[in-house]
Amino acid sequence: MTQETQTSLVVISAGTSDPSSTTLLANQVATRALNEASGRQISMVTQTIELRRLARDITDALVTQFISADLQQALDLVRDADALVVATPVYKAGASGLLISFFQVLDNDLLIGTPVLLAATAGSARHALVVDEQLRGLFAYLRAITVPTALFAAPEDWGEGMAQRVDRAVAELLALVAGGFREAVRNNVWTSYQHHYGSAGGAELAIDLDTDLMRLATGRG
Amino acid sequence: MEFGIFSVSDVTRDPTTGYTPSEAERIDAVVQIAQKAEEVGLDVFAIGEHHNPPFFSSSPTTLLAFIAAKTTRLKLSTSTTLITTNDPVRIAEEYALLQHLAGGRIDLMLGRGNTAPVYPWFGKDIRTGLPLALENYNLLHRLWREDVVDFAGRFRTPLEGFTSTPRPLDDVPPFVWHGAIRTPEIAEQAAYYGDGFFANHIFAPSEHSLRLINFYRQRFEHYGHGKRSQAIVGLGGQAFIAKRSQDAIEGFRPYFNEAPVYGHGPAMEAFMRQTPLSVGSPQQVIEKTLTFRETFGDYQRQLFLIDHAGLPLKTVLEQLELLGESVIPVLRRELDAKRDPEVPERAPTHAQLVKAKYGENEPRQPRPQANRGDNVTGSSPYLDFDAATDGNSAFKAR
Repeated sequence: MTQETQTSLVVISAGTSDPSSTTLLANQVATRALNEASGRQISMVTQTIELRRLARDITDALVTQFISADLQQALDLVRDADALVVATPVYKAGASGLLISFFQVLDNDLLIGTPVLLAATAGSARHALVVDEQLRGLFAYLRAITVPTALFAAPEDWGEGMAQRVDRAVAELLALVAGGFREAVRNNVWTSYQHHYGSAGGAELAIDLDTDLMRLATGRG
Repeated sequence: MEFGIFSVSDVTRDPTTGYTPSEAERIDAVVQIAQKAEEVGLDVFAIGEHHNPPFFSSSPTTLLAFIAAKTTRLKLSTSTTLITTNDPVRIAEEYALLQHLAGGRIDLMLGRGNTAPVYPWFGKDIRTGLPLALENYNLLHRLWREDVVDFAGRFRTPLEGFTSTPRPLDDVPPFVWHGAIRTPEIAEQAAYYGDGFFANHIFAPSEHSLRLINFYRQRFEHYGHGKRSQAIVGLGGQAFIAKRSQDAIEGFRPYFNEAPVYGHGPAMEAFMRQTPLSVGSPQQVIEKTLTFRETFGDYQRQLFLIDHAGLPLKTVLEQLELLGESVIPVLRRELDAKRDPEVPERAPTHAQLVKAKYGENEPRQPRPQANRGDNVTGSSPYLDFDAATDGNSAFKAR
């Protein structure tokens, strides 16, 4: 858990090589976000989750629902994040299966209202719409809010122009963070989303005794 | 403290030999396993209920009645009885008859079942599984306590003047456990009725089970059944034992690696670290099991899963011998010494329930009136409540 006064930005990268251009792009965003935040008197900390290191754990969780200690640590980070940067390579005209699998393991209500900046790298500009057309739906399902600008880098994009797009996306992300979007959603309408006991990464532990089901449980159906 | 085993009744290929037992072999094996459990000094044998291959236990009361006839001391239970897809009227009837045949040596654990396709086979819908379970149990609870029941609910044909027969043994219903992993409503229902609460506990870290058990304890006290520490709690667990720790690890790994549910997944060592699974020497199994009490407080029943994942009968019987000889006696001694004297030692036995209801008096033995074709007209269907005494609590359904 970060201190309440600190904003936690968690970077999730599905890049696999070392160094990976996907992680490079994600870190570029994080660095820019840190600078921008300090300029606005926002105390921000960033942490990076490299999914490559969790690949086996993610697969185990997917096929057996067993969450390893390392994966749990990553899930806790994501649960407590005020904003996310999510970066993936493009394989076969789609986001990395590793990335998709990671998000499929999360509780449905873990990311409600969380601002997310999406980024992708690919070997060809032909994949430029993978983020906009494929990845946004996943985060819509998770009730996260993706920033309007998606970052995409084919080999020819690493030069000029990228910094400007990064700045724009970061500005969008920080606007959502500074505006308190996530807290407002969670404070005002949290209960109107679907939860179950122990969901939201173990945070959802409220038990409402004043429900039809609770009355039925005690013979007052 | 009650110790026992619970089986899911899976018929699974032995990964070390490639041999898949027939249903006939597995059914015969499970009877031997239950008998062995009694022989080595265990207290409880529980069987699951499933309605699809590769499981055989579609009719737990049939199996348990047969085992009851072959044993003298063992308490027979279920893990679980489906309170959703079974008609509560049939549960009331079947388990009351089993209770008679077993001389009161039974209780049962209710669960919802999580296999979606099973529900429509019995005309039910998994989307309404929770209210279905809650309503069904409310009815079951009454069917065992009221001679004549009028009932109208959301899920079942209404009942008008219905009597579930036979009445429970000595007119004392079997003790009921409610199994749940993450459903507060089930814990609430268990607490409301003063029933037991069982956490399967075998797939997840203990803190997941702990949250719900603590809620159940708190509500048990709220409803005036006793202190929270006195609520009746049961836990699942998994063990594989060998005299030498390394033999246990080597012996169980091939079964672990291909086990249903968690096979082809995490390494056994990771699973041992994070879940209640213990694989090792008797001392290691004892130490791990003792940590459950540290986590959950004094509890009343510990069930181990030991006959799954294709483990052959011979191995299961050896496991039972090790459990009975080297593990359970130590656990019994240690846990009895540590238990708060105010806390019940075990789930109530039939004799205790009879005593609680009647004190030193003779238990009621219901004797039916002559057949009238229905229970709607006239007075009680039983001789001890004639028209003159109408108004007696046991007859008044409402």
